[in-house]
Amino acid sequence: MERLEILKTYKIYIGGAFPRTESGRYYAPFVNKTPIGNICLSSRKDVRNAVVAARSAQSGWAGKSAANRSQILYRIAEILEGRRAQFQSELELQGSSKANATKEINATIDRLIYFAGWCDKVTQVFGSVNPVASSHFNFSTQEPTGVVGIIAPEDSSLLGLVSFIAPVIASGNTCVVLASENMPLCSITFAEVLATSDVPGGVVNILTGNTKELLEHFGKHMDVNAIFYGRSSDDEIKKLQTLAIDNLKRIKIKSEGDYLNDKWENPYLILDFMEVKTTWHPIEAISATGSVY
Amino acid sequence: MAKQDYSLSPKIDQVGILDRVARITARSIKNESKMQGLMMALNMIDLTTLEGADTDEKVKQLCYKAVHLHDSIPNLPTTAAVCVYPNFVKTAVKALKGSNVKVASVATAFPSGHSSREIKLMDTKIAVDNGAHEVDMVISRGKFHSGEYNFVHDEIAAIKEACGKARLKVILETGELGTFDKVRRASDIAMDAGADFIKTSTGKIKPAATLPVTLVMLEAIKDHYYNTGRMVGMKPAGGISNSKLALQYLIMVKETLGGQWLTNEWFRFGASSLANDVLMQIAKQNSGNYQSKDYFSID
Repeated sequence: MERLEILKTYKIYIGGAFPRTESGRYYAPFVNKTPIGNICLSSRKDVRNAVVAARSAQSGWAGKSAANRSQILYRIAEILEGRRAQFQSELELQGSSKANATKEINATIDRLIYFAGWCDKVTQVFGSVNPVASSHFNFSTQEPTGVVGIIAPEDSSLLGLVSFIAPVIASGNTCVVLASENMPLCSITFAEVLATSDVPGGVVNILTGNTKELLEHFGKHMDVNAIFYGRSSDDEIKKLQTLAIDNLKRIKIKSEGDYLNDKWENPYLILDFMEVKTTWHPIEAISATGSVY
Repeated sequence: MAKQDYSLSPKIDQVGILDRVARITARSIKNESKMQGLMMALNMIDLTTLEGADTDEKVKQLCYKAVHLHDSIPNLPTTAAVCVYPNFVKTAVKALKGSNVKVASVATAFPSGHSSREIKLMDTKIAVDNGAHEVDMVISRGKFHSGEYNFVHDEIAAIKEACGKARLKVILETGELGTFDKVRRASDIAMDAGADFIKTSTGKIKPAATLPVTLVMLEAIKDHYYNTGRMVGMKPAGGISNSKLALQYLIMVKETLGGQWLTNEWFRFGASSLANDVLMQIAKQNSGNYQSKDYFSID
C-alpha cells in the first residue's frame, strides 16, 4: 500500500513553545504558482504575547555570563549543522538553486559562530576607562537595550533572518521577529533549532504573517525598546519612525541585500542594540606616585 | 454555639466545577464592559505587602500607591485596602488618614497559624487596637486535617469576638487543604463561626487562589446566604496578577452570587502586582498602545 505523506504544520514560536496563532488564521505563500505550506497568519495578540515572553526572558538572558551566551550561540550553529538536509530542501522549495542553498546554509552557520565569538568580547573591546579631571574612576560599558522587534528581510529567509537575530541576542537582548512573509519555511525550522539548543524560551520569538497588518503593533508597543528593520519600503520605515515617538524607540534600518557579504560580520551590529552606561566611582586623590582604586 | 457535623458538608462535583470554570474563561468581553470591569477590579484590590523584608517606608510607599494609583489617568478609584503585618498597622493608618482606603492586618500567627490561642487573640487585639479596619486570620490547618472541626470553629469565633467592629476575613489556605470537599467544609465552618469574608490563601503556598477553588467557595457562600440570609464576602488571594484573570473572577462572582456582591464590601482581590497590570490595560484602552512597566510606579 502506498504511504500517505505527512505534511508539516508550521506553527509560530513564542516563549519557547510552538502555539498556533491566537487568531486561528492561515495563509499559503506560493512559489511558481505552487503553495509551499500552510503558515500562521499571526495577529496583534500574538505580537503582544511574544513581547510579554521576550520581556520576561530578558533579564535572565542578559544576566547569564557572556561566556555562557557565547556557548549557546555556538550551540545553535551546531544544531543547525545537523539539520542541513531540512534547510536545504526548504530553501530549494522556496526557489533557491541547490548550490545557492548550500552556500546560504554554510554562511548562516559561520555567521552564528562569528557572533558567538563576540558575546564575551564586545564590552572588553568597546568599553572604556575615561580620563577625568576629578577623583573618580570613570568607566563606560555597554548594556543590552532590552526587547528588540526584528522585521526580518523578505528576500533571504535563513541567512537574512540569522544575520538580524544573532547580533541582537549576542549582547543579552531578547527579540520578537516577524519572518519573511513569502518565504517563511526556514524561519520556523530555525525556531525548532533554537528550541533544541539551550536558548531559553522567550529569548527569540518568531512570528509569521502579514507585514502590513503587524508592523504598526511593533511600532506602537511601549514595551519594545528598539526595532531592527531589514526591508526597503519607505512607507514602512516612515510609519515605524512615526510610531516610535511614543516611547523613543530606537529604529535601525539595514535594507541592503547581499547577506553573503562579510560586511554583515561586524561587531557594530551588536553595538547598535546596546546602551552605554558611564559610572563615576569616587576614589582617593590620584597622585604622581599612583592612584588608589 | 451551634455544633454541627461538618463532615456532612456537601460533596463537590469536581468535573462539574472544572467544566463551569472552563466555560467562564472562554467568554469574550467587549471594550466598554472591559473598562467597567477593570475600574471595578482596581477598587476591589487589597494592595498587599507581607514580606519579611517589609519596612515602615515600604508600607508608606504602598499606602501612597493605594490612593494615587496612576495620577496621569484621571478619575481612577483607589484600592479597597492595604494589607500588612500587624506591626505596620499604625504606619498604614497614619499614611491613609483622610482617604477611604481601609487597613487590613493579617493576624493569628500568619501564615502557618501554629501558635497558642492566647497569642492569636493578642495578635488580633493589637492589630485592632492600632486601628486595623479588617483582620485577615488563618485557620489551624493542622487541627482541620485532624478532624477537629469544632476547635477550628471555636477559634474563628473567638477571634471574631476579639475583632470587635473590625471585619474578619478567614484564610482557608486552600493550597494546603487538598480537595474541593475540604475547601467546602472549611468554608462552611468559617462562615458558621462568623467570618465576614472567606479568603483562599496566604499567598505563601502554591497553589494559591485558582478559579475552581474560588467557585467552590462562592457556591458555599450562596448556600450560606440562602440558609441564613447573611451575606459573606469572598477574597481570592495570591497568584492573581493579570487583568484577564481578574475579569474572569468578576464574571464568576456575578454569575454565582449576583450583582450585589460586586462591590468592594463583598469582594476583594488580595494582590500586589495585579494593580499595575490593570492600570496598564486601562492605559492601553485609552491610548491604543500596549504598555510597558517602565512607565508605571513600582509595586
